[in-house]
Amino acid sequence: MSRELVLHEIRRAIAGAAGLRGRSQLPQRPQPPSYGDRRIDRFTERLEAHACSWEAIGGLDELPARVLAWLEQRGLARRMAVAPPLMELPWPEGVHRHAGAAGIDESVAVSLAFAGIAESGSLVMYSGPNSPITHNFVPEFHLVAIRDEDVSDSQEGIWAKVRAHGGMPRALNLIAGPSRTGDVEQTIQLGAHGPRQVHVLLVRAKGVTS
Amino acid sequence: MKALPGSFDSRAEAALADPSLQKALANFKPLFVAKRAAAVAELPEFERLRDAAAGIKDAVLCELDVWLERYADKVESLGGKVHFAKDAEAAREIIRDICRKAGARTVCKGKSMVSEEIGLNEVLEEDGYRVVETDLGEYIIQLAKEPPSHIIAPAIHKTREQVADLFAQNHPGRPREDSVAGLVNEARHALRERFFQSDVGITGGNFLIAETGTSVIVTNEGNGDLTQTLSRIHVVTSGIERVIPTLDDLSVFLRLLARSATGQDTECYTTLSTGPRRPGDVDGPEEYHVVLVDNGRSKMLAGRFRDMLRCIRCGACMNHCPVYGAVGGHAYGWVYPGPMGSILTPLFNGLAETYDLPNACTLNGRCQSVCPVRIPLTDLIRTMRNEQVKAGLMPASQRRMMAAWGWVARQPGLYRALERLGSRMMRLRAGRRGALSSLPGAGAWTEGRDLPAPAGPTFIDQWKSRGREQ
Repeated sequence: MSRELVLHEIRRAIAGAAGLRGRSQLPQRPQPPSYGDRRIDRFTERLEAHACSWEAIGGLDELPARVLAWLEQRGLARRMAVAPPLMELPWPEGVHRHAGAAGIDESVAVSLAFAGIAESGSLVMYSGPNSPITHNFVPEFHLVAIRDEDVSDSQEGIWAKVRAHGGMPRALNLIAGPSRTGDVEQTIQLGAHGPRQVHVLLVRAKGVTS
Repeated sequence: MKALPGSFDSRAEAALADPSLQKALANFKPLFVAKRAAAVAELPEFERLRDAAAGIKDAVLCELDVWLERYADKVESLGGKVHFAKDAEAAREIIRDICRKAGARTVCKGKSMVSEEIGLNEVLEEDGYRVVETDLGEYIIQLAKEPPSHIIAPAIHKTREQVADLFAQNHPGRPREDSVAGLVNEARHALRERFFQSDVGITGGNFLIAETGTSVIVTNEGNGDLTQTLSRIHVVTSGIERVIPTLDDLSVFLRLLARSATGQDTECYTTLSTGPRRPGDVDGPEEYHVVLVDNGRSKMLAGRFRDMLRCIRCGACMNHCPVYGAVGGHAYGWVYPGPMGSILTPLFNGLAETYDLPNACTLNGRCQSVCPVRIPLTDLIRTMRNEQVKAGLMPASQRRMMAAWGWVARQPGLYRALERLGSRMMRLRAGRRGALSSLPGAGAWTEGRDLPAPAGPTFIDQWKSRGREQ
């Protein structure tokens, strides 16, 4: 009812402005950027620009050891939310991990990115059973694995990949660095409500497939 | 929100005399301008992106009904619900109804200017819900019981000391924090539990994508994501003009938005939300609602202010406005301050109540020169003044002066004689300094600066004498 009411008002307004209805011509969009051989360099440069840390790993099977070393350097407990595709990697005994939603006291999450964007240094997370949304926002420390072949030049490459993957999930999250705010005197402060640190594990060779 | 009491004049005077506000404004002014300029300089296609963005918006507005239907049908085919609200009251009722049916207690909010526009918090609080603003800036002003003074940095008028005072009053049992890091951390702790208690999470919608039935928000803090992911119900509030055709169109706007707003190449979080949680998902909201608000926008579509519907709410116009920079956002009296507000507020709230707004502008055009969707803001402000005159709102004294000037201007001989006389008298009075420190009838203007006297004979006189030489 209210839908028809509002649409009626819009139609009346368009009809009242002479020539408006026929003028709908979508413009040419500028070409999205393309980085050629420098795609991964651009990606890691932009990661750093957004205050992410990163390291390259040779395959996903190296991931558990690298994650545990990163946690140990910071004195963090071996307790984490882990994306289901990464649960079955060769984790050592005594690492407490679960694949459910992140809870209020969750400190660490380890995720697998759907894709990356070289243009902006963004990680793209495609929500679903294999990638809970809360893992991206609730923990203080977010470790994200991404395969280098999944890094696109631009956002436009991601949209094509999403369309090919069966369309939009509940949440497609483009993440560029740890959370931040400038709301107190325009001073940028990291760790507003989301993660305080984002660490990227760039998988150089093919690992296990999810 | 309700319009603030008083006139622009009285609020501006108070703002100029407020040392804390002036300190906050002095801190903010150069930052946004320099950061935007640096970000734009790094993107050679920026100007072409502005053209494309304006073109996409114009094309959509010509067929707005078609795009909205496509968008709404897509959302509903994916299990979401779209509500159309003709005005603020209808929008409030829709959201109250959603909260009531949910048996909600806590309502968390991400930053949404439309929810400010429709005055949502007041009615939800009256209904007894605990309403929690979760954007740090919005949280600060919610504690201070003030309206936002900037559309992307709502608490920009607050100094660090004032924020520290507010937190000390409102977070009992915690030691007072004075550093920015300490204050941000304190807010993080205070809000964490609220996110997990939230029944209904309300966010804005920067863009609505017809192709996929998706709503998009861009944030830096992650509060909008926690709000919409941890609440049982996600409600998006958005204006009807926010729909765009495809994901590829979104990219054009995303490249412009962060650079224009904060001078970042991208905000930290760009979130595309489509429907409620899917089977097998372990998190995400069970219900997804979109409230599309008209509230006067369809009227704008027909008239002389249609270009204003291209606005993507980046705040660049106010960041570059010398008047905003001097008096801050509260002087404008409502949700939308600065140049965009000087057009939107009269359209939403009526010309008569907002006479000062389009007149609190020097027509310097900086706003227009940075607008990412090329809204001709100064032209629209001029048009708004024109509408005021047509509506008989111009004060009688001003009308008489304009009539007298108009009469003289139509008598070329008299006009030139008076001009010559005025020019000579000003030069005489200015003396060797070449400037006047006071001028009868313009005391307020010369109070803060000198008026340079005309340098020599009038243009017409020079034209004549040089013509004779050639």
